[in-house]
Amino acid sequence: MKRLAPYLLILPGGLWLAIFLVVPMVFMASVSTQEGNVVDGFVQTFNFAVYGDALSQYQTQFLRSAGYGLAATVISIALAYPMAYWIAFKGGSRKSTYLLLVLLPFFVSFVLRTVSWKFLLADDGMLLGPLKSAGLLPEGFHVLQTTSAVIGGLVYNYLPFMILPIYVALERVDPKVVEAAQDLYAAKREAFTKIVLPLSLPGVFAGVLMTFVPMTADYVNAAILGGPENTMIGNIIQLEYLVNNDYPTAAALSFTLMAAMLVGIFAYAKALGTENVLEAAAR
Amino acid sequence: MSTIDVTKAPVADAPAGRRSPRRGRRLGDRLLFGYVWLILAWLFLPIVVMIVFGFNDTQSKSNVTWQGFTLQWWGRLDEYPQLLEAVFNSLKIAVLSTVITTVIGTLMGLALGRYRFRGQGSTNLVMFAAIASPELVMGASLLSLFISVGVQTGFATVVVAHVLFSLSFVAITVRARVIGLDRSIEEAARDLGASTWTTFWRITFPMILPGVVSGALLAFALSIDDFVITQFTSGAVQTFPLWIWGATRIGVPPQVNVIGTLIFAVGVAIAVVNTVTARRRT
Repeated sequence: MKRLAPYLLILPGGLWLAIFLVVPMVFMASVSTQEGNVVDGFVQTFNFAVYGDALSQYQTQFLRSAGYGLAATVISIALAYPMAYWIAFKGGSRKSTYLLLVLLPFFVSFVLRTVSWKFLLADDGMLLGPLKSAGLLPEGFHVLQTTSAVIGGLVYNYLPFMILPIYVALERVDPKVVEAAQDLYAAKREAFTKIVLPLSLPGVFAGVLMTFVPMTADYVNAAILGGPENTMIGNIIQLEYLVNNDYPTAAALSFTLMAAMLVGIFAYAKALGTENVLEAAAR
Repeated sequence: MSTIDVTKAPVADAPAGRRSPRRGRRLGDRLLFGYVWLILAWLFLPIVVMIVFGFNDTQSKSNVTWQGFTLQWWGRLDEYPQLLEAVFNSLKIAVLSTVITTVIGTLMGLALGRYRFRGQGSTNLVMFAAIASPELVMGASLLSLFISVGVQTGFATVVVAHVLFSLSFVAITVRARVIGLDRSIEEAARDLGASTWTTFWRITFPMILPGVVSGALLAFALSIDDFVITQFTSGAVQTFPLWIWGATRIGVPPQVNVIGTLIFAVGVAIAVVNTVTARRRT
């Protein structure tokens, strides 16, 4: 009984993860090689040509998603690092309050916050309207339906996922180590680049993982803030699954997206150790 | 953790013409402090807009310019029966999935924090995958499963999906608490003749309860807010975020802002209470 205890405890959750996370991946692969339509049903024909077709047809959206994800991730690092640094080293007794403030926006639905940005950035809305009537902006100027709006939305929605892991890593840096460096005549800048920065890199890596992956797969920002020129691969997958009901193409696209991401994630996790990333993710 | 607070250190009078390094440091700190608040303001800007526009006396469907103050929307929540139904669906789904997640996630956390066993590595790996996979892929693969097996998507499939993505978070939160436990207290209880069952309910469970509670709160917050997986697994069932998504095409009515404000207020209240009690405990 004592030997069985951990297995009995793991069983319900483990089964749930196996049946609803691992098994569906197999079904998705299977659906991608079927042929047919919603009315007559789908037949398994092992039609692998769908991958080539889907990829060549939506190559632009794949590349665009990767580009948007990369740009938004880089901007997120630049915005999040100084903030995490200040909270970790200068936050003092107020650290948990600042972290709470970073997390509070999550109590408003992701979609609703993005819609709020749409209000804010509307062509005659609060921000652009007054500027236009003051003649500071040309009449045709708009922010919505542009690449900047979509990338801005991505950064906005995922920034806390970058701030937290970097904060956790910086929080673990012992100030005594920094003092020791300064005692040994390291300049302030040198103490940062040679000690604090290298020690905080795992946090940056975890942050990249937690932002780049969901940003690249996101379709809410592109749909609400972007225009027809900003379609991302997520929008295509959502459209093919839920509107056009072209399941094989949709499954092939999601499977390709997942495979590309898995390769990246596992290379990442190997370099870092899953435990670290998990711990960072749980904070 | 003690940090040397440079702002409290006495500032030496620097001779004129030479910048004191200490004063430079204080300026840098002040700039950073301003920067932190700037980012926080940016994070809160759309939320402030959402709250304010719940009081906007707008006449048309487009709620983007300020027309004057009104309380009418707070009294006209029943104008869109489907919106209210969607909110109740969100709550029902969140409660149900939180209960399931908390129970099986706590069991997982106990196993992972307390025992070394074969298959631990792969369990960790699958949990990691559940956290790291983008929602889009999880939603798409679940939908593929439901289509293939012939399950009609609806209320039950959404609950299944919500348990799936919040399970790992609960398990990890509980595991962290279990690892930090002082085992000698349980041994003492057993030495005094308590059974395994009694020891668990009288000693272990009260000690891991804070971890269980914060895990449950997290699961609830994740579920209430979820959009992507829900859209893929909901079929004809509407939730609050899904209803807003559908309304963006035609214009979002101010009642949505009001409900969003209410949910936000409740969430903030719970988070503040949780933080204060956590601080008192430690």
